[in-house]
Amino acid sequence: MSEAKKVVVVDYGVGNLHSVVKALRHQGGDVTISSDPGEIAKAERLVLPGVGAFGDGMRELTERHLVEPLRAFVTTGRPFLGICLGMQLLLDESEEFGTRAGLGIVPGNVVAIPPKPGLKIPHIGWNEIAPPPGKSFAGSVLAEVPERTRMYFVHSFAAVPHEEYRLADTFYGGFRISAAIRKDNVTGCQFHPEKSGPVGLRVVSHFLG
Amino acid sequence: MEAAVREGVSEAAQVSLPRVIARLDIKSPNLVKGIQLEGLRVIGDPAEHSLRYYHEGADELLYIDIVASLYERNSLADLVEKTAAEIFVPLTVGGGIRSIDDIYKLLRAGADKVALNTAVVRKPELITEASRIFGSQCIVLSVEAKRRADGTWEAYTDNGREKTGLDAITWIRRAVDMGAGEILLTSVDNEGRQKGFDLDLVRAVGPVVHVPVIACGGAGSPEDVLAGFTAGADAVAIASLFHYKKITIPALKGRLAEGGIKVRK
Repeated sequence: MSEAKKVVVVDYGVGNLHSVVKALRHQGGDVTISSDPGEIAKAERLVLPGVGAFGDGMRELTERHLVEPLRAFVTTGRPFLGICLGMQLLLDESEEFGTRAGLGIVPGNVVAIPPKPGLKIPHIGWNEIAPPPGKSFAGSVLAEVPERTRMYFVHSFAAVPHEEYRLADTFYGGFRISAAIRKDNVTGCQFHPEKSGPVGLRVVSHFLG
Repeated sequence: MEAAVREGVSEAAQVSLPRVIARLDIKSPNLVKGIQLEGLRVIGDPAEHSLRYYHEGADELLYIDIVASLYERNSLADLVEKTAAEIFVPLTVGGGIRSIDDIYKLLRAGADKVALNTAVVRKPELITEASRIFGSQCIVLSVEAKRRADGTWEAYTDNGREKTGLDAITWIRRAVDMGAGEILLTSVDNEGRQKGFDLDLVRAVGPVVHVPVIACGGAGSPEDVLAGFTAGADAVAIASLFHYKKITIPALKGRLAEGGIKVRK
C-alpha cells in the first residue's frame, strides 16, 4: 500500500491556488490548503504558489505571520516548492514598486524584465527551459523534463539568483531569464507546472516523490 | 539582466511565443459555432471537445458563453469546474462577466483568465479594479472590431450586434493603460466566414500595445493561421478549423513550424 503524499499549499490570499491544488491532487497528492503556521511547520512537503505583485505577496505573508514559519520549514530539509511569485519571494529583494525585502532564502534579487521595442510584456507563453551550461536537471524536480521542453510562463518580473542556484534558464527578448532555481531542499519554478500540460504534471509528480 | 548568448547563438530574435488557443463557443449545454448569416450550429459536448483539444496539444483553451448577454450573466462555472479538474493548460472564460464577484467565481472554479467586453465598455474602471485585485495577467480585454467606411474600426459588444461608438484602437490603448493584460481581438466582419483574419486589424493593433494580442475569428485554413502570426498576432484563437475537423491541432502546429512559427510541440 502506497503512502499518501501529503502536501500543504500555503494560502496567503494572493493569486489563484486552485489550479496548483488540482494538479497536486491529480498526481496523487493529499493536499491541505492552509495559512496556519502550525500546519505549515508540520507539513511533509510545502508549496508556495502565487501570482501578482511581490510587495503584495510579502505584505500578505507578513500580516499572516508566515514569514518565520516558512523560513523555519526550509531548515527542516523537507521538500519546498515555490511557483511563480512563490519562487520570486524566495529571493532577498525585489525592485517592484520600490525595493521590497523577500524571504531571503535564496541569494539574489528580482528585477523587471527590461522593456524593449517590440517585446511583449508580460512574458506570456510556452518557452524552452534548459539547465545552465555545465549543469543538468538530474536529481531535481525537473529530472524527467527533457532539455529545451517548453513550459508555460506568465510574468513581468524575473528572479536573478546567484549563479550556483540556477536550475533552469529560459530566453526572451535577448535576456536570460531564470526559469527555475534550487537550493538544497528548496526549488522554485518561474513557469507554472500546473499549467504546462502533461510534462508539467511530471514536475508535480516528481516534487511529490 | 544579462543579454543572452547560448551556444554562440544570439537569442535576441526570440520576442514571440506563439500560442494556438482552441476556442469553444458555448450555448449551454452545447458547444456551438456561429456561421455568418446562418445562425448557430450545434457541434457537440463542450467538455468532451475541450478535453480532446487539451490532449491533442492546445496551448490554451477559451470558453465563450455566447448567450450570456441575453441573461446578463455567465453560465460557465460548472463547465469550468468540470474541465479544470482534467485540463492543465491556461483556461480563459468570457461572455457575460459583469462584476468582480463574477470574476472571482470563475477563477475559483478553475479559470485562469477572464475576457471582458460589455462590462468594461460600460464601466472602464472595472479593468483597473479587477487588475488590481486579480492581477493584469487575469484580465483580458475582448474587443469585437468592425470596419467603418473610413478604414478605422469600431468596437462592438454582444457578438458584433451592439455599436459602442468607440474607436477600437483608441479603446484598446486605454484599456491596456488601465491594466488589461492581453487583448482578445475578434473581427466582426471575418468571424464565422473561414476566410482568414482581418490582417489589417491585427497589424494595426499589435505594435500599439505592449501586451500580447490574440487574433480571433475567421481562420479557415492553416495558411490563414500562419498569416495571423506573420501579421503580428501573439496567439490565435481557433474554432471552426478544429470543430469541423478540418485539421488536427498537431497537424496545424506542424504546418506552423514549417512556416517558421515556433509553437510548442
